[in-house]
Amino acid sequence: MSEKKPKIGVYVCHCGSNIAGMVDVEAVRDWAQAALGQDGVVVSRDYKFMCSSLGQELIEKDIQELGLERVVVAACSPHLHEKTFRTASERAGLNPYLTELVSIREQVSWVHTDKQVATEKSKALVSGAVHRVAYNTELQPLKVPINPNTLVVGGGIAGIQAALEIANAGFHVYLVEREPSIGGHMAQFDKTFPTLDCSACILTPRMVEAGTHPNITLLTWSEVISVSGYVGNFNVTIKKKARYVNEELCTGCGICVEKCPQKVIDDVYEAGLGYRKVIYTPFAQAVPKYPVLDRPNCTFFKNGKCKACEKFCPTNAIDFTQEDQYLNVEVGNIILATGYDLFDARRVTNYGYGRLPNVFTSLEFERMSNAAGPTGGEITLRDGKTKPETVGIIHCVGSRDKNFNNYCSSICCMQSLKFAHLVKERTGATVYEFYIDMRTPMKAYDEFYQRVLEEGTLFVRGKVAEVTNATHGPHEKGKLIIQVEDTLVGKQRRIPVDMVILSVGMEPRHDAKQVGQMFGISCSSDGWYIERHPKLDPVTTMTEGILIAGCASGPKDIPASVAQGAAAAARVLDKILQKEVELEPIRATVDESKCSGCRICNNLCPFNAISFLDDVGVTRINPALCQGCGTCVAACPAGAISGTGFSNEQIFAQIEGLLMGV
Amino acid sequence: MSEKPKFAMYWAASCGGCEISVLNIGEKILDVDAHFEPVFWPVAVDSKYKDVEAMEDGSILLTLWNGGIRNQENEHIAHLLRRKSKILVAFGSCATEGCVPGLANLYPVEEIFSTAYHTVSTDNPQGIHPQPVVQVPEGTLTIPAMNPVLKTLAQVVDVDYFMPGCPPEPHQIAAVIDLVIAVLEGKAQLPPKGAVIGAGNSTVCDECPRARNVKHITAFKRIQDVAPLDPTLCILEQGVPCNGPATRSGCNARCPRVGAQCIGCYGPAEGVLDYGARLITAFASVVDAKEPEEIEAILDGIPDPVGQFYRFNLADSLLRAGVPAWKKNGH
Ligand SMILES: Cc1cc2nc3c(=O)[nH]c(=O)nc-3n(C[C@H](O)[C@H](O)[C@H](O)COP(=O)(O)OP(=O)(O)OC[C@H]3O[C@@H](n4cnc5c(N)ncnc54)[C@H](O)[C@@H]3O)c2cc1C
Ligand code: SF4
Ligand code: SF4
Ligand code: SF4
Ligand code: SF4
Repeated sequence: MSEKKPKIGVYVCHCGSNIAGMVDVEAVRDWAQAALGQDGVVVSRDYKFMCSSLGQELIEKDIQELGLERVVVAACSPHLHEKTFRTASERAGLNPYLTELVSIREQVSWVHTDKQVATEKSKALVSGAVHRVAYNTELQPLKVPINPNTLVVGGGIAGIQAALEIANAGFHVYLVEREPSIGGHMAQFDKTFPTLDCSACILTPRMVEAGTHPNITLLTWSEVISVSGYVGNFNVTIKKKARYVNEELCTGCGICVEKCPQKVIDDVYEAGLGYRKVIYTPFAQAVPKYPVLDRPNCTFFKNGKCKACEKFCPTNAIDFTQEDQYLNVEVGNIILATGYDLFDARRVTNYGYGRLPNVFTSLEFERMSNAAGPTGGEITLRDGKTKPETVGIIHCVGSRDKNFNNYCSSICCMQSLKFAHLVKERTGATVYEFYIDMRTPMKAYDEFYQRVLEEGTLFVRGKVAEVTNATHGPHEKGKLIIQVEDTLVGKQRRIPVDMVILSVGMEPRHDAKQVGQMFGISCSSDGWYIERHPKLDPVTTMTEGILIAGCASGPKDIPASVAQGAAAAARVLDKILQKEVELEPIRATVDESKCSGCRICNNLCPFNAISFLDDVGVTRINPALCQGCGTCVAACPAGAISGTGFSNEQIFAQIEGLLMGV
Repeated sequence: MSEKPKFAMYWAASCGGCEISVLNIGEKILDVDAHFEPVFWPVAVDSKYKDVEAMEDGSILLTLWNGGIRNQENEHIAHLLRRKSKILVAFGSCATEGCVPGLANLYPVEEIFSTAYHTVSTDNPQGIHPQPVVQVPEGTLTIPAMNPVLKTLAQVVDVDYFMPGCPPEPHQIAAVIDLVIAVLEGKAQLPPKGAVIGAGNSTVCDECPRARNVKHITAFKRIQDVAPLDPTLCILEQGVPCNGPATRSGCNARCPRVGAQCIGCYGPAEGVLDYGARLITAFASVVDAKEPEEIEAILDGIPDPVGQFYRFNLADSLLRAGVPAWKKNGH
């Protein structure tokens, strides 16, 4: 660089002992002053906590008094404090994008064990940033107006909560649910841990409120099929599947359901344990009340005869000619609260689910214990009559298991304790819990565990090897045998029981990946949606305007799902009230005179920001959609795409700076 | 008649095609003769190094230099002509980016010699191995010593303009000659120093008439294995690695027009520092596969990656060691 160097200030943070414990901060400070003077460094300081207001004032003062034109702060990760220091510079009148943050904590002190090496590396990183920052240019944030409407996808408890919060604040919400009713998994439970309140009693008032709220357009039996646009201005197409029931005319009397002669197994709501009619509402308190006709199973649609529902409907609401409808809505923000699927218990073949009739899944047990469920709340074996005398509940089925899912599903311990309590209460049976570790960390959870212990449930610590009906001797006759190593006693045990309940784990929705792609967000290797920051920003994603809540981002209990629904709503309201969003100006642009229209880049943008203009044969990038990821910049063989903040000059200067001492 | 401006053209490590290409401009050559006095042009004019040395510094108006700097002689003449010339043009791929001779930078000089002189394909019964200095009864003989690597002209001396192409297309040469004449007549201005002349600002695809779509490459094939090639569809989309997307325009998409893939002779696009790296990312971006093995199998369809991606650009790429490449690229 031969031109005149801008005046640069370097600030090295101790972060208490976080950085200073492993990096000789003073040495970095002195080196920057001495060795980087020729590169424009006019002042170099260190401070205990640069992010404190006193630390920030140091920078502001130097900008004003020394006329600094660039600032380099060597501290923690830009994820954490880039904004802090850029704002500080801005307060002192310096364009925020002329300030660079160097991570000497996450990338240096926390990962090294040799102080000398760590100090040298810090110098190199500082040098890289000093060389780079000279080429930074002033940037202005992009401002786009926000559409005040919000789309919430998924009407489980998390989605309901989010929708209500926003609607109550006076803004419109489209709540899209793919099943005939909102409610999600919570609508299937009888009691909820740890308080054992009736699930329906606490959930249905919320469902009704969501269903009748003037600010909520409830679209059940519906799915989003396409999304375009960007934060503040999304355009969404929703498919409203044909119900074959005219919602304007239907009063929800249920006569059609009663008169329909055709029954099928209900795999969704009743978890396969009960039946439903072909025209049905999944449960009595369903919201909305309108039934749905299940076309593939309907006698009329199959062989042209029946129409019993139509005959008996007092308001002529049945409409066999109804077709799928497509609605277009415009929204500013989108909350995905699509929840979870349950792990398929058949995959653990040694536990016999699907093969041994008296092995049940947790969801089957929920339905069985529900007073409105297929057994009217009776806990029985598969024959529907016999009460079990001994019940074994197996934890962590499919969770914390290298063969299936590595993660802990977080609710299964508590849900298993709930089951033990319900079995004892309703049948007096002997209950065994087979657990690897008990995990009861939330409010009132451990107290519930103590209570179930006192109720006499027997706990066996060990991973169950097998559930079998191959019995030995008369005392095992007709029983299911649970083979387990009791790790507390240190021996193998065979425990005969009548009924086995598998506490299956939670899994991402089977279609989470496709749905995520449609909304432009990604899944972790486990398949859950990735939050912007796991601790500090759990309900937003890397795509602005797309938020996540509830179990869509990982296993959670109801309180956490509700809290996330509310948190996501608060973030959306915050955006709506600002009326405009500021977008980071780190964006890619196409120099159309250089673009050859080769179309290499056309399919690459994870945020759908790239479009090809057929008439002129060049590519264009929508700056509001572009997130500055750089994918297309790297791919364009013509060098027609450049990324603000990542010019060749900046990158090469940074490399040169990094290698200066080498 | 007032004295005509002086013109020189020199041929270093190159194949000679550039010289032919200049002669290929047809009648335009008469314009050259009308406006310039060729003072040094070993292919066409009989003059000696000592004649050039005797000239006044800066007395040659225009020198077209073709060829890379491979040995001491090339280097010496490069410095000499730089001194004597007002405008020094790196002419053709070898001079601008090293071209095919630059591929030898993959091997040490000794290995190049042993391949050239001592492999089965060479008939060398006496085992001759050239030495820079040899004693013979008549005295000491010297030939120019090879440099460790081939360098581009700009890596050795200051260059005013760059003219890509292997060889530069006659219509582009003619256009440049017209421009220089117009400048001489005061009717035009020279482009800024360091500019690429005689070429376009985009890439070959821009001049290619073939229809193109979003690309999904599931296999790379050799052109002879695709029969018949769809004459209207983008060659790359048909699985044949066409370098058009990364190659500077200017040739009017000569190869793709006649059903052959672009091999990249016009070098990188404006502002691109490493041709091969660009092309590699571009190709990698349109490989349509998820599993590592699948990807591997598709990439195996490019059996000679250096030849595919760096046939013309190796000597000028970021891969070379020593001076930071981005500082010495010159263009
Ligand atoms: C057996 C069992 C017992 C449990 N017991 C308790 C308990 O007692 N106490 C407790 O605190 N927690 C309990 N939990 C956990 C509880 O179920 C969850 O915390 C809670 O249901 C999560 O709510 P959610 O809204 O995130 O997801 P869900 O309840 O899964 O709701 C998601 C909704 O989104 C809909 N949806 C999905 N994809 C789409 C799409 N693409 N388009 C439109 N709609 C879509 C679904 O149909 C569903 O209605 C239990 C879990 C299990 C498995
Ligand atoms: S027409 Fe179909 S939905 Fe209606 S009563 Fe008959 S079987 Fe049931
Ligand atoms: S940098 Fe390119 S690929 Fe990345 S978000 Fe922007 S337009 Fe899309
Ligand atoms: S990759 Fe570059 S040249 Fe090709 S279409 Fe995209 S922007 Fe244009
Ligand atoms: S054939 Fe080659 S030059 Fe033509 S559009 Fe395709 S990639 Fe570009």
